[in-house]
Amino acid sequence: MIEATELTKDYGDKRAVDGLSFAVRPGIVTGFLGPNGSGKSTTMRLILGLDAPSGGDVTVNGKHYREHRSPLHEVGALLEARAVHTGRSAYYHLLALAETHGIPKSRVLELIDLVGLREVARQRVGKFSLGMGQRLGLATALLGDPATLVLDEPTNGLDPEGIQWMRKLLKGLAAEGRAVFVSSHLMSEMAQTADHLIVIGRGRLIADTSVDDFVGRASKKAVRVRTPQATKLRDLLLADGVTVTSEAPGVLEVNGLGSEQVGEAAAAHGIVLHELTPLQASLEEAFMALTSEDVEYHAATVKEAA
Amino acid sequence: MTTAAVEVRAPALEAKGRVTQAHVLRSEWTKLHSLRSTRWSLLAATVLAIGLPALFAAVTASHWATMSLHERSNRHPLDIALAGVNVAQLAVAVLGVLVITGEYSTGMIRASLTAVPKRLPVLWAKAAVFAAVTFVLMLPAVLLAFWVSQSILSSKHILQTSLSAPGVARSVVDGAVYLVVLGILALAIGAIVRNTAGGIAVFAALFFVIPPLMNVLPSSWNNAISPYLPDAAGRSMFSLNPGVHSLSPGAGAALFVGYAAVAVAIAAVLLVRRDA
Repeated sequence: MIEATELTKDYGDKRAVDGLSFAVRPGIVTGFLGPNGSGKSTTMRLILGLDAPSGGDVTVNGKHYREHRSPLHEVGALLEARAVHTGRSAYYHLLALAETHGIPKSRVLELIDLVGLREVARQRVGKFSLGMGQRLGLATALLGDPATLVLDEPTNGLDPEGIQWMRKLLKGLAAEGRAVFVSSHLMSEMAQTADHLIVIGRGRLIADTSVDDFVGRASKKAVRVRTPQATKLRDLLLADGVTVTSEAPGVLEVNGLGSEQVGEAAAAHGIVLHELTPLQASLEEAFMALTSEDVEYHAATVKEAA
Repeated sequence: MTTAAVEVRAPALEAKGRVTQAHVLRSEWTKLHSLRSTRWSLLAATVLAIGLPALFAAVTASHWATMSLHERSNRHPLDIALAGVNVAQLAVAVLGVLVITGEYSTGMIRASLTAVPKRLPVLWAKAAVFAAVTFVLMLPAVLLAFWVSQSILSSKHILQTSLSAPGVARSVVDGAVYLVVLGILALAIGAIVRNTAGGIAVFAALFFVIPPLMNVLPSSWNNAISPYLPDAAGRSMFSLNPGVHSLSPGAGAALFVGYAAVAVAIAAVLLVRRDA
C-alpha cells in the first residue's frame, strides 16, 4: 500500500512532481504511466526515501520509507537506472543487500534461479545485457519477500519471451495480495498487465482510473463507411460538429456521429453501404490524446533550441 | 539463460530479519572483498610497503662503501623501513575514495540506501570495514618491511636498530596507523565529493600539491603553517625524531585524526541531508 498526498518535488526552480495524490492498493497491479520526463522516476525515488519531497507526503505500508526497520521486507524496488555496481557479480550484489537484513544465502540462490540467472550469477554485472540487468533488478526487489513492489520500467530491454514472463510474474505477485506499482511510458504494455492506472504528465496527475474507463474516456466517436455513393453520403452527413474525411475513393471516416446515426441516414436516402465500422481509439491514441499537451519536450521545441 | 515457462511465483521467505549495524558491517565486508579493484589496490599497497624498503636497503647497502660521511649520517634505518608507507598511501587513498564513489558512479548507492534508509549505518560500516582491512594488511607489511630492510642492511653491518630501541616500535606501528587514518580521510572525501575523479583530485591537492606550494611563502609563514597541514601532521605521527618545525608524534596524530573526524562528520551530515 502506497499513499501519496500532494507530493511535490522541485529540483532548483524546475518542478518535477507537482501536487500528486494517489493510492496504490494491495492485490492489484497499478500502472504508472506518463511520457518520458513526466516525473515517474522522481515519484518512485520519493516513495523510496532516496529524495526528500519539497512538499506533501508519501507513506508505504503506513510509514515513511525511512522509518521502516526492515525496509526490504516492506518494499521491493527495481530502479530504472541500474542500481548495481558493475564490477561485482550478481551473486555478491544480492548477497550484500541480503546481509543488511540478515537474509540467508539460500534465499539469494533461490531468487537467482527464479529470475533465470544461474549460469551467469558469478559473472561481473558489467557484462550483463539490459534484459539480464532487469532480471537481476527483479531478484533484488523480491529479496525480502515484500508486501509492496515498486518497479520502474521493468520490461525495458526484455525480449518478447521475457516480457511475457514479467507480466505473468507481476500478475502472480498481485494475486498473492501484494501492492504492485509498475511504471511505463508504453500504454500498450500497461494495458496487458495493469488493473488500475495512474497517469501523469509534467509531474501532474492526469488520470487515476481503471484501464477500461481510461480507454472509454479518451475514445473518440468515429465511424468508417465504405459506399459507392460516397459524395452523396458525405453531403448528407456534414453538419455542425461533424467532419468527414476520405483517405481512399469510396471510403469515408466520419467523426462526431455514431454508427447508428450514419446507418439510419443512409437507409433514409437509399444509399448502399458496403461497410459500417465504429472506430475505437487504440490505447496508444487514448494515451497520446490525454498526455500530448503535457509532454515535456515536444519535437518542435527541440528544433527551436537547435 | 533459461526462463521458466511454467507458472512464475515468488517463493516466500520464512524468517524476516531487520537492519542492524552488525548486519550492515557484514554487508560492507562482502561488498569490499567482492570487487577486483579492491583486491588489486590492497595487493599493490602491501607489495609497495614491503618491496620499496627492501629495494632502498639493498641500494644503500651496495653503495655504502662509496658514500661520503655526510651522506651516511643522513641515512636513517627507519626512513628506509617506512619508505613504502609513502607510496602505499597513494593506493590506500585511491581505494578509500573508490569505496564510496564507486557506488555513486554505478548507481549502487541507490540500492544500498534503499536497503538501509537510515543511511548512517552504511557510512560507519564502510569506514570500519575499510579501516580494519587496511590495518590488518598494513601492520604486518610495515613490520615485515622493517625486518627485511634490517636483514639486508645487517649484511654490511650498517644502520642497525631494533624494535626495542626508544620510539622505534611506536614509529613502525604508527606507520600502519597513519595509513588507516589516511584511508578513512580519503573515504570521507569521497563521500563528500561523490565523484571518483573529484575525490582523488581533492586528496592529491591536500597531500601532493599544497605542501610544496608552502615553500613559496616567507619561511616564517611556511614554518608556522606547514606543520599543521594534514600531510605534515600525519607524517610527524610516525617520525622518530621530528624536526624543529614539526609537531610531536602525539600532537601530529591527534591533529591528523581530528582532520579525518571532521571530514567524516561533514560526510555524515551530507549523506543524511542530500538526495541520493
